[in-house]
Amino acid sequence: MNFSIEKFSATRRLVLQGTGAVALFGLGGLAAPPARAAANDKYPEEAFKLKTDKDAIQALYGRTAEASDKVKLDAPEIAENGAVVPISVTTTLENVTSISFLVTGNPNALAASYAIPEGTVPGVANRLKMQQTSNVIAIVDAGGKLYSATKEVKVTVGGCGG
Amino acid sequence: MASTIRVRAIANGDTTEVQALIQHPMDSGFVKDAQGAVIPAHFIQQLSFEHNGKRVFLADWGPAVAKDPYVKFAFKGAAKGDELKISWVDNKGASDSTTAKIQ
Repeated sequence: MNFSIEKFSATRRLVLQGTGAVALFGLGGLAAPPARAAANDKYPEEAFKLKTDKDAIQALYGRTAEASDKVKLDAPEIAENGAVVPISVTTTLENVTSISFLVTGNPNALAASYAIPEGTVPGVANRLKMQQTSNVIAIVDAGGKLYSATKEVKVTVGGCGG
Repeated sequence: MASTIRVRAIANGDTTEVQALIQHPMDSGFVKDAQGAVIPAHFIQQLSFEHNGKRVFLADWGPAVAKDPYVKFAFKGAAKGDELKISWVDNKGASDSTTAKIQ
């Protein structure tokens, strides 16, 4: 029901992007698949499987991020329970299209990635799992550039190993 | 069946703040049960919010999102009484959806 609608719109988006690519490059060759999962509605399965934050950011956005004080990452200094760590981000940057969270100490760094359509306030609060004390990175894609904020969270009880 | 999705959407002027809480195990695939067998990964992959047919928020989640996930965001352009449609799908293909009235 719902998911079929999701799928449909995702497919339509792909088709539209494909058409765009064809228009751009003339009709020569096949339309290349959209390069970056972050730019469309498809679930970025591969990015979630990568181990390091660098690889995941590269897979998700195809670029590297620069640290910015305009990205405000709010996370606890010490998380008593790594299974539930409240983390949120807000930003004063404009034209934000995507916000992602990465936890460097987890088996797979990427934790969550959010699409921010036009008209949606660039800010998200959620709860993540953390296996061990490590850095939490928030990535904000604003106007085609990547900005990041990093904070270390100390974990007393890990949330991944049971 | 009761919905797995609990949503509160409150309009304040032009901005609507949305909080959602979903019941889901969000198993990471790294945890073992009492017998030492690995509990297979089972987690929500995508969570979507739509207002008047327009998507206002899309979450792509991995297994590192905490059990019974919570998310909060805000968007502009909705009014009290409007409907907000929420749906999720997990890595096993299960899904759920609900519609909430903006208060």
